[in-house]
Formats: sequence, C-alpha cells, structure tokens
Amino acid sequence: MAKPNLDHPTLALVKARFPKAKLFATEFRGDTTLVVEKQNLHEIMSYLRQDYETNYDFLSHVTGVDYMGYPKSEGNAPEGRFAVVYILVSTKTNTNLIVKVMLDPSLPTDGIEEDPALHVDTVTDIWPGAEWMEREVFDMYGIRFDGHPDLRRILLWEDYPAHPLRKDYPVEGRGERENFRVIGREDA
Amino acid sequence: MPYELKPFDTDCETTPYLNDKASEQGDRWLLNFGPQHPATHTTLRIVLELDGERIVRAIPHIGYLHSGFEKLGEKLDYNQYVTVVSRMEYISPIAEDIAWHTAAEKLFGIDLTPRCKVIRTIMAEIGRIQVHLLSLAAAALDLGAFTGFIYCFNVREHINDLVDYISGQRFHCDWTRVGGLSQDLPDEKMFKKLVKKFIDEQLPPAIDDIERLLNNNKIFRDRTVGVGKISHDEAIAWSLTGPMARASGVKRDVRKDNPYLCYKDNWDGQGSSAVDFKIPVASTCDCIARYLIRLEEVKQSVHIIKQLIDDIPGGSVNVDDDGKMTIPDKSSVYGSIEGLIQHFELVMTNRKWEAPIAETYCATETADGETGFYIVSDGGPSAWRAATRPPCFVNYSVFSKITEGHMIADIPAILGSINIIAGQLDR
Repeated sequence: MAKPNLDHPTLALVKARFPKAKLFATEFRGDTTLVVEKQNLHEIMSYLRQDYETNYDFLSHVTGVDYMGYPKSEGNAPEGRFAVVYILVSTKTNTNLIVKVMLDPSLPTDGIEEDPALHVDTVTDIWPGAEWMEREVFDMYGIRFDGHPDLRRILLWEDYPAHPLRKDYPVEGRGERENFRVIGREDA
Repeated sequence: MPYELKPFDTDCETTPYLNDKASEQGDRWLLNFGPQHPATHTTLRIVLELDGERIVRAIPHIGYLHSGFEKLGEKLDYNQYVTVVSRMEYISPIAEDIAWHTAAEKLFGIDLTPRCKVIRTIMAEIGRIQVHLLSLAAAALDLGAFTGFIYCFNVREHINDLVDYISGQRFHCDWTRVGGLSQDLPDEKMFKKLVKKFIDEQLPPAIDDIERLLNNNKIFRDRTVGVGKISHDEAIAWSLTGPMARASGVKRDVRKDNPYLCYKDNWDGQGSSAVDFKIPVASTCDCIARYLIRLEEVKQSVHIIKQLIDDIPGGSVNVDDDGKMTIPDKSSVYGSIEGLIQHFELVMTNRKWEAPIAETYCATETADGETGFYIVSDGGPSAWRAATRPPCFVNYSVFSKITEGHMIADIPAILGSINIIAGQLDR
C-alpha cells in the first residue's frame, strides 16, 4: 500500500500542543486518522474544538468498531479490541479529521456486565450532538462514556442480554426472538 | 455457556424517569405520544411531561424498528448490502443506494465512468425530490391540509414509474453496484423523455399548487412560524445537517463541501465543470423555514437535472469492462468464457473482491442531510464494519430540545419539519 500522506495541518498542531501524549496518525484516500490514548482524549478533543487554528466545531459522527480477529496491520499502529471513532469537521475551513481511541476489555465480552476498562470520557460537553451517538455506541458495544448526561440504551431495550455489534455476538442472534415473552390478552 | 437468557420479568418499557417524576409534581402530568399515532408517521414514542398543554420535557424513545442492519452489513458483501441499505431510507431508496456505493467505491478507489456519474446524479436528484415531496406532503397533512398531501403524493407516483423503468423495480430498486449499475438504461431516448416529462410537465403544477396552498396560508403559517427554533450555533453544535441546518443559516452541503459524482469539477476527466446549483439558506430557524428550504431544494434539483439530461455521455456504465470489479452483463456471462469466469469470481463466496485493508469515511448529501458510511475493511468481500451516519437519527436527537416550552399541538409541526424516516432512525 502507498505510504500515507501525513501533511494534514492539524497533526503538527496537536503534536506541538501535547508533546507527552502518545499519538499515531495514518491516512487513506484523503481521510487522516489520529489515534490518541484514552486518558488524553478529552483534552485533545477540547483543544480541537476550541482552538482557533483547529476549530473542529462540527462532530459528524461517533461510532464504534470491534477489531476481534482483524488482520494485524504492518508497522506500529496501536492495537486494541475496540475503537471509538469520532469524525470531526470544521465548518470554517472545511477540513475533516478522524480521531480514534482504542480500548481493551478486562472482562469476557459476551455479556452486559460493566467493564471498568471499557470506559472513556464523554464529548457531550464539547459537542452536545454526541449525546445520542454515544448512547448508540454504548448500546451496540458496551463502551461507557463517563460524564454522559443520560447514558441509557437507545435502540435496544434495557434488558437486552448482549451488546450485539461485538464480534462475538452471532449474526443470527442467541434465540432472543424465539424466547420472546408473549403477553396474552388475559395478562395484558 | 457463559451467558443465559434472562427471563423478561421486568417491564422493559419502564424508565426511571416515568416512575419518580409523575407522582412528585402534582401539577404536571405525563402523556405517552405514540408509538402508534397517526402524526408520528412511523413507530416513534415520545413521553411528554406536560404543564397543562405546555411541554416541559419531551423524551423520545426510539428503536421500535431496529433490525440490526449494521450487523448484516458485516455479513453481506459490498453488492448484497445495498438491498439492506435501501430499506433504511424507505422514502427514496435510490438515494441511499447511491450513498452506499459512493462510499464503497471510495474504499476501492474506483473512479466511475462519466455515463454512470451522470445517470447516478440525475437519479440522486430525483430521489431528493421524492423525499422532499413526501416531507412537504406530510408537513401539510399533519397540520390538517389533506389536499396538499394529495398534490405531492400524486407526483411521487411518476417517480416510482421512472425508477421502475430504469431498474425493473418500483421502489426498492437496489440499482447500484460496485463500479456501476445493475443495468444500463433500457432505452436512453425513453429515459430522457420520461425525466423531461416529469420535470417539465408533471412536477411544476404540483409545486405551484402546494406553494399557493400553503406559503401564505394563515393556518399553516400560524402553526409553523416561530415554532421549533434552533439557532445557527446550536445547529452546528448539535451536528444537524440538511434542511434542518440550512434553515438555521448553516451553509453546509456535502455536494459543495466534499463534492462527488457530477457535483465535482472535472468529473468526466475532460474538464467539465461541476453542475451549477445554489444552497438555499434561511435565517428564521423555524418550521416554516425548513418547509421553504425543502421547496427551494426541489427547484434546485430540477435545475441540476436540466443541465445533465440532454448530455448523457455514451460509453459503458460499468467501470473497467474487462477488469474484475463489476458483474458482467448476462449476454457476456452466457456467451463468453471470460464473462462466465468473471461472473463466477464475483459471485462465489470465497472469492469476490479484494478490498484494501483500510478504513474510510465517505459522506453524501441525501435529502435529509449528510448520509455517511464509515467502512472498515479487512480485505475480504464484505465490510468488517459498515457504520452508517444516518441524518434522521442525528437530527432527531435535537427534538426534545426544540419542543420544550411549546404546546402539544406543535409536535406534529416539528415532527413534520424534521422529516423522520424511522428506517434510518432505528436501522
């Protein structure tokens, strides 16, 4: 594969501003991705939003990825089981940047118990629009966002026994549909 | 087995909010709006905390239509998933087909043929008209103007006929493929005739009718002016796109900011300039502004189609006919060994495409805003992760904010102006 082109203007600014943070950047077809560590995520995001040079005022999307069994990349790209991906746009300069944070679980991932390692700071205080997007990532991957105002499941119901977009959850489900509680006319 | 199915003893529909707030505050009461309500269009549930008729808080509960589309996207290959994607946007499936394959082609690095770009652009704009006609119709219907609904719906029928003509399927046409289309136009002259008839004869009277019916209608204006306001800065902070953002003065349109297809300069490789159109922007930030923006966007779409329809370039619709990206047409599959091999290579489950191991985000402007796909590829024939950025989901998240302080009767006006498509909302 071609060598990534890393002259995105924001990368140098972030590097200069956070000399101690461990950063990794890559590029593919014009999309520059910046991988940060989760303890630095919130301050880097605030910087990206508030600094007049970067000014990423529009959060396009927040999504999750599960990398269980994903082919190993060449080079020293940071690896982890889960990723939370933030797609940022600056409406002033019309530049895009993808920020990614990698997370590794400390517990088995086939249930819904809270995993202390799968916590990351919320960005709802920076972009209020992240509220539902973070709720969806929590719903689908079980990644909890610290400081989120209303972290409930959004698409599935509260008792759903899995986080279904994890790779260890089968596409055909685990029989939830077959064992659905049926409310008859007499107990309604 | 580490996991056991929990019996569903607890009532899944209970939220803590419902239990504690209602009894504490005697003068406020809770009202369940939906999930089945004529004014919600689809299965949406809103729990309203009311003070008299005034809304103190509105809490949307979504997910009634959730069917795990994104999980299926990890199983189905880049061509098969288009059938699922088109069910997300069930108002204009063709626009969503184009959005998905624009993203897939960015991953593969395919540059489409000029003919394919022009046909896709025309159909993307027709898809935009299709959505806007529905949302104009629904905005009128929810506020009592049943006639307006009929005016718009009548014209949508012609769009279905046109889609039927080009793809053989009236509605969920699943018409795009990686690197091209499922089929070339059956007859170019006939296609031109149908499109021209639509934009010159069938659409304008309907638009005139609805403008005369609603634009200065006292009832319509009373119920939409100043309702559901969201300011310019808030619209950006809440990630709004499409008519919702433009009605608040945010001049953003992916077709201009990050152009693709014929919205890009030099799209045919011979120096053609991008199609000309304007982005309508309003400053009043309310429901009527969103209605007027949609109306203007229909006219801009017609303007775009008029620039393209007379000069559809010749040549193939599929990229790289002798390459390995597109499924060959049936005559070549049955008539030549190369065609047969190529078909076999792309259809057998253990072969298909070799995608680059990479991640890419590609957004397109559909009628409701920025529809993006974040594709993670592991090099196999299907995406490792095909995350959707659904404009309706993001636009709807602002609903509880913009309804606060309004009356119950304003809810249909606001819902109609957001234009929620539950397929995208819940996926």
